Amino acid sequence: MALKIVKGSIDRMFDKNLQDLVRGIRNHKEDEAKYISTCIDEIKQELKQDNIAVKANAVCKLTYLQMLGYDVSWAAFNIVEVMSSSKFTYKRIGYLAASQCFHESTDVIMLTTNQIRKDLSSPNQYDTGVALTGLSCFVTPDLARDLANDIMTLMSHTKPYIRKKAVLIMYKVFLKYPESLRPAFPRLKEKLEDPDPGVQSAAVNVICELARRNPKNYLSLAPLFFKLMTSSTNNWVLIKIIKLFGALTPLEPRLGKKLIEPLTNLIHSTSAMSLLYECVNTVIAGQYCCSLGSVVLCVQKLRILIEDSDQNLKYLGLLAMSKILKTHPKSVQSHKDLILQCLDDKDESIRLRALDLLYGMVSKKNLMEIVKKLMLHVDKAEGTTYRDELLTKIIDICCQSNYQYITNFEWYISILVELTRLEGTRHGHLIASQMLDVAIRVKAIRVFAVAQMATLLDNAHLLTGNMQRNGICEVLYAAAWICGEFSEHLENPMQTLEAMLRPKVATLPGHIQAVYVQNAAKLFATVLKSQEGNTDGTAAQETSQLMIERLPLFVQSANLEVQERASCILQLVKYIQKLQQKDVEVAEEVSALFAGELNPVAPKAQKKVPVPEGLDLDAWINEPPSESESEDEQPKAIFTKEEHKHSRPRHTEVDEKELAKRREARKQEQANNPFYIKASPSSQKVYQESTGVEHIPVVQIDLSVPLKVPGLPMSDQYVKLEEERRQKQRVEKKKKEKKKRKEKHSGRGKKRDSGPESEEDITPAHMVDIVTEEMPENALPIHTPITVCDIQGNLQDGSQVVVSVIFENKCDGFLKSMEFNVLDSLNAKLQRPEGSGPHDGLTVPFQLPPGVSNEARFVFTVQSIVMPQKLKGTLTFIVKDSSTHEKLDFKLHFTCTSYLITTPCYSDAFAKLLESGDLKCSSVRLEGVSMPFHHLLARICFHHHFSVVERIDSCSSMYSRSIQGHHVCLLVKTTVSIDAKCDEPTLLGNVLDEIKQTFSQC
Amino acid sequence: MMRFLLLFSRQGKLRLQKWFTPISEREKKKIIRDMTSMVLARQPRSCNFLHWKDLKIIYKRYASLYFCLAVDNQENELLALEVIHRYVELLDKYFGNVCELDIIFNFEKAYFILDEFLIGGEIQETSKQVVNRCIESSDMLQETMEEYMSKPAF
Repeated sequence: MALKIVKGSIDRMFDKNLQDLVRGIRNHKEDEAKYISTCIDEIKQELKQDNIAVKANAVCKLTYLQMLGYDVSWAAFNIVEVMSSSKFTYKRIGYLAASQCFHESTDVIMLTTNQIRKDLSSPNQYDTGVALTGLSCFVTPDLARDLANDIMTLMSHTKPYIRKKAVLIMYKVFLKYPESLRPAFPRLKEKLEDPDPGVQSAAVNVICELARRNPKNYLSLAPLFFKLMTSSTNNWVLIKIIKLFGALTPLEPRLGKKLIEPLTNLIHSTSAMSLLYECVNTVIAGQYCCSLGSVVLCVQKLRILIEDSDQNLKYLGLLAMSKILKTHPKSVQSHKDLILQCLDDKDESIRLRALDLLYGMVSKKNLMEIVKKLMLHVDKAEGTTYRDELLTKIIDICCQSNYQYITNFEWYISILVELTRLEGTRHGHLIASQMLDVAIRVKAIRVFAVAQMATLLDNAHLLTGNMQRNGICEVLYAAAWICGEFSEHLENPMQTLEAMLRPKVATLPGHIQAVYVQNAAKLFATVLKSQEGNTDGTAAQETSQLMIERLPLFVQSANLEVQERASCILQLVKYIQKLQQKDVEVAEEVSALFAGELNPVAPKAQKKVPVPEGLDLDAWINEPPSESESEDEQPKAIFTKEEHKHSRPRHTEVDEKELAKRREARKQEQANNPFYIKASPSSQKVYQESTGVEHIPVVQIDLSVPLKVPGLPMSDQYVKLEEERRQKQRVEKKKKEKKKRKEKHSGRGKKRDSGPESEEDITPAHMVDIVTEEMPENALPIHTPITVCDIQGNLQDGSQVVVSVIFENKCDGFLKSMEFNVLDSLNAKLQRPEGSGPHDGLTVPFQLPPGVSNEARFVFTVQSIVMPQKLKGTLTFIVKDSSTHEKLDFKLHFTCTSYLITTPCYSDAFAKLLESGDLKCSSVRLEGVSMPFHHLLARICFHHHFSVVERIDSCSSMYSRSIQGHHVCLLVKTTVSIDAKCDEPTLLGNVLDEIKQTFSQC
Repeated sequence: MMRFLLLFSRQGKLRLQKWFTPISEREKKKIIRDMTSMVLARQPRSCNFLHWKDLKIIYKRYASLYFCLAVDNQENELLALEVIHRYVELLDKYFGNVCELDIIFNFEKAYFILDEFLIGGEIQETSKQVVNRCIESSDMLQETMEEYMSKPAF
């Protein structure tokens, strides 16, 4: 015993305390993770000791590590031990650790109830204090129920220190255990008049929070609070009370009248900006019941805030101003100059606030002036985000409430045209939709619009210079359509027709080309008409010739839509030419192709069309297409919202409510879409190609990959299995490709091992999931590549794992500057070259032309192999011709199986191993497996790297070894049960789970 | 109500985290990442307020440390700034001209001070004197490390 004590004391001399740990971490910047893992090992040792001081020290260090992001949930029980120490020193540390690390699902919390109760009733107020503080962080519904009474008693404790804590904790208890509110409320109300100001303010805080959730129950307290408000001088409390009144006034208008006086007094008198701001906010919130005078006062005060040099006050002033704007636009509008000034502010958030305000401030009179100012800002603005924000704001401001404030549409069209000169914006489609909307709905503007659009088409090269990535080319879509549809207004249709058929057009995105082709045909009709009217016909023939010469360019297009339209029209023109050569007048007939006026339709027009009797609009006309196809064939139009996709019914069986909801959604959508009636099926189809425009669908790649490992399985069987597997994959792959989801189990990478003992050495399936999550994409990603990675694993000895990754470029752009990076875990790390930081990515040593794949290898160091693990990683790359970095997220899944190496074992050695008694035992049953026994064995060998040691009738023994030398022995019986032994039980458990997984899949 | 308080350095290293509502570890890590990247990306001389999801983020830089407080949407931003400032004052008073290293090496003290000032996301004590008194007297109860070293171990 004595020896133990002495030993304990000496040990402690060498223990690291918190300061040593912090210092150590700071000194090991290079290999922090490694240092910390040794520290954690030490802490684990310290926690095993009986001495509470040592434990507390260890727990304190753990709390620090927890903050650095390390998982310490394993030490939860030790934390409870330290919490229950009788010494305040340790108790304090224990509760601190608990409040940082525990959460509702921590199961040891159940054990703490009695300890906490004991601490709550401790004679030492600081013991009670730490218990209450801790409780505030990790109170669970169970704890709340069990301790509600104890805490309620503490609300009347003699010491104010305890009272105020108890009052505040009660709020947390109410949240977790609402039944406690009723019995506790009278006491809580009492505390509003507590002699101690701290307790009083705590009670105000709690009631304020409660009232915010359910104001009407607290109306009765209004007089009491009113008294507090007029008597209190503590600004912290005053703000809370005013906030509370803010929540109550909507329920009781008379309260607003009564409040207005003290509030205005405070506004006039206070020097504390926070209080002033609170008062102003409350007055604004309840302004429907207060006089114009107080609103004017608020606006005046806000003006002072906005003029202040303090950015914070400026920001809040604008924020509050926008609230007043909703009800009293007039009083804000007079401060237009001030708001416009704010657009020059250095702080982007202030500028955005000012923009918000401007939206509400425009009128017919000042619209042009404000937009002019904004246009100036657009030119000056730095940073695309802000500029894009400005652009959308300008459009929002102009088109709000159905172009209410626009008096001159020629002006608006010019503004839109001016906006197209903006470099690098991604709102091309927004401008385009405005152009279309205005040209269609405002008939009088068409002549002007067509002229402008023709110029735009003529100067398309100015836009196209760098448009591939900025999406401004979308406006050409609108321009081409407007010129075609309203071609009768064109001054020089021939010139426009030539502009539309320039070879350069072929570089535009597919859906725009399609519109070009279609509208070239419309223009062609118009040109023919004018030419046939006045000359002898050679001019008309020349025009046909021009079409015949230029159209083949589009017929070759890779885009189906473009190709289809172009070849249709080409044939048509050829036929026309034939007729022309026979001197037949064709102009009339050709223009008849595009006859018909397009009328704007009121958003609600659809409602007025009665549904014919017996027509069920929600019934399927044809059987719904299967799920997988529906996603693919979903037509997309740029001008409709993305929700489109989701609102599509998935199944025929839906209840009435769902139907009604859907109907409503559809109506909504139609109402929002000015082109609803028009929406020719073709124009929708055009966009099919650019499905990825706004959103790249999730690409899930699930790859299982053969590993190159020496071993000697019975090769014939494997070849067969492999064949089967590949066959299956091919089918699967085809299916999945449609869904843009990839699942490959490929055996492509099999390699011959040079080792003498193996002939055919494919061992299977190191599962690698690559899950690409959503790709953040701001530009129109017409060229967004979907990179499919194919991963092959490769094992070497020791703790190294080599992962071969196949990069395949699926897009039609050239990929360069690829960087591969994995977020290291404690256990597995990507090996990086000397001198690079722990978070640096590795450059992939090649570039990828479209459609090409190449392989790169990455070495990982794995410390413990007993658990499977997933690593998250990202691949960044640049598509040539666009300088933006794109990102692909993926996951690498290291299964335990992948750490196993097929190793031959002789039956006598095997028997010796089993007898040695070092091995832990475990077993598993495979449910529902019905396959020949030898297939079963082959599968285990193949997928899990085992080799058969011996097979006797109804059972077979198998063996494998991990890269760190663990032995794994299996006894598989025909009853499909597996008995297993291994010197590492965790590893064994995981391997068995994986085997089970394999068989549950087949 | 306050939701969480984070202290981090200019390099984005976390120095203190306090969560007033229970959140899963994963969520916490994500929030910390979001906060550091958002706050550190702010231009100097910008206002100290940000909107993030349904919360208001109020941050302030003191020397090399960023204090970042998240509050409910209806809370008063200026009051939140005041809370941050009050906490800094308390730290300053306790450590005497506090610097980042004080907080790194005595992180548990920084938590104890915070716990006396705020509890469960509400202000517990607005008086600086009272908070200081409480901390001093609970420190009196706490033994120093030297005492711990010299004591026999049973």
